[in-house]
Amino acid sequence: MSASDAAALASRGAVGGLHESLEGNGGGTAARREGPASSGGPATTIRAGERAATARRLGLRIAALGYLLALLGAPVAMIFYRTFEHGLAPVWNAVTEPNAVHAFWLSIELVAIVVPLNTAFGIGMALAIERGRFRGRALLGLLLDLPFAISPVVVGLALVLVYGRTGWFGNWLTSNGIQVIFSIPGMAMATAFVSLPFVARETIPVLHELGTEAEQAAATLGASAWQSFRRVTLPAIRWGVVYGVVLTTARALGEFGAVSIVSGRIEGQTQTLPLYVQDRFENFDTTGAYAAAVVLALLAFATLLGMNLLAGAGKHSPRSRPRSGQRTKREAIV
Amino acid sequence: MAIEVRNVSKRFGSFAALENVSVEVPDGALMALLGPSGSGKSTLLRVIAGLETPDSGGVWIGGQEQTAAPARNRGVGFVFQHYAPFKHMTVHDNVAFGLAVRKAPRREIDARVKELLSLVRLDGLAKRYPSQLSGGQLQRMALARALAPRPRVLLLDEPFGALDVQVRAELRDWLRRLHEEIHVTTIFVTHDQEEAMDVAAQIVVMNRGRIEQTGTPRELYEHPANEFVMSFVGPVNRIGDALLRPHDIQILPGGSDLYSEQATVEALVRRIAHLGFEVRVELTLPDGRDVWAQITRETAAELELAEGQILTAHLPAPRVFAAA
Repeated sequence: MSASDAAALASRGAVGGLHESLEGNGGGTAARREGPASSGGPATTIRAGERAATARRLGLRIAALGYLLALLGAPVAMIFYRTFEHGLAPVWNAVTEPNAVHAFWLSIELVAIVVPLNTAFGIGMALAIERGRFRGRALLGLLLDLPFAISPVVVGLALVLVYGRTGWFGNWLTSNGIQVIFSIPGMAMATAFVSLPFVARETIPVLHELGTEAEQAAATLGASAWQSFRRVTLPAIRWGVVYGVVLTTARALGEFGAVSIVSGRIEGQTQTLPLYVQDRFENFDTTGAYAAAVVLALLAFATLLGMNLLAGAGKHSPRSRPRSGQRTKREAIV
Repeated sequence: MAIEVRNVSKRFGSFAALENVSVEVPDGALMALLGPSGSGKSTLLRVIAGLETPDSGGVWIGGQEQTAAPARNRGVGFVFQHYAPFKHMTVHDNVAFGLAVRKAPRREIDARVKELLSLVRLDGLAKRYPSQLSGGQLQRMALARALAPRPRVLLLDEPFGALDVQVRAELRDWLRRLHEEIHVTTIFVTHDQEEAMDVAAQIVVMNRGRIEQTGTPRELYEHPANEFVMSFVGPVNRIGDALLRPHDIQILPGGSDLYSEQATVEALVRRIAHLGFEVRVELTLPDGRDVWAQITRETAAELELAEGQILTAHLPAPRVFAAA
């Protein structure tokens, strides 16, 4: 299990980086709240100590924000600036171009197929790994992290090898008139593969923390397995699931490598939004590339915003669960 | 309803949690399962509830065999040590849960919840969330929740273990009165002998997955079946293989001729601890052994005891149990 844990940690670190730096903002409000209380302190040594601590905190915050700015803020701002450099008209023309519109809807379609699938599957996997009592659970956990470890390009190639015309099932599929590679099923498979672990990996720790007592209580009260899941488990793990869905959506929207190979990048047919951006860029159509990139970024923002609104609607959630509490705070800042 | 457990064994890996345990709880009884941690008492309770499956043996509730029945069909109310509240539901919805999953009509549910919240004295808190309740309130909510679907039996697993002393005493007094009111067959697990003796009419003493003795609090205290029961249900002095209750040691005033000289010993007062009504006198006997005597505050005052003093004590014949 240790290897899979390490992999999970590593992946968590990668995703968590963004959020930790975002939490810098949260820390700011906390520090301000402490302000008036500390000014009343009588001893000057205590004040000096606090001042040093404040300086340290400030330093850390500047470092975190600077890092974030250099990696994320500046490039994204630059894209926006370059896009709207010559006003709205060229941007509008670029994004309403038929191939761009097709790419946009194709990306949405893939998300609509992949996210529900991976959400249901992710919750199932999390339950199996955390609640199951079978041999090979550790192996299952390891398999779950495979998509994190394997390069998307390799995933794409592997899918072609299995489902392509010369692949294992190629003949059977072709003779039955099913096209997987160079069409939507293959692209959905590639996208599903690379975004597979998020829901499960976000849900497992929450399930673990939840424990089994509430579920046992539900059972003694007469609840069936489904009622117990629906009424007790799911509400308790929902923030883990929601967060996993956000990450899955973001990953599915942005996937390039695996889809690039599986799709064949046929303009106006199997070109997703990221593929379209790449295509425009390679053809020196920077306006088209930037405009599509902005649409992609806005989609990501919309996802985060939508989840944030959902979090607001479910603000009943008790504060006693630190993990979910942090989540809502993070999203609120986003 | 009566509960019957016959020859139940349960192992967790190499650990034998229960070894051939049989218990009968008559209809309407209030019984305590008493034992140290790891004695199997909680496992036995969970086997009765259907939260654990025994490796062998069987469970009957109200005459029906339930050994393989899932927990949800057994009609048991179970109360957990850490309350196991549904944190995302209000107090009302927590208590209503058992009725809601049975698709009871809304009006019926509301009436029953109201009745139960008043029974556990939580009226007015129906709209609160568990995070807004104290430990004692949470445990009463858990009890109301367990009682709502009118269980055939009520099982409580260390229900007061996580509460502070005062709330615990209050709640156990209240549990006893509640039982007098609703008469549902109740088993509760505890490691606190005083709690067991205070609340239950019948006590089952468990140790290492086995039942050591079953009886009323008085029977256990006055006629313990073995060394374990004697030392678990009350304080003891150990003199070699023999056991002696501290309140059986009598400290005699100077010049007393209540007992013949052979029946008394000289003892050195090592330490005197005033514990309110009770005074604990630690003594060293001529052979160097340490014992302690439990006397009342008044006796201590009359005897004018002082540390370092040598006094005369009467030790009645201690109890010796055959090696187990």
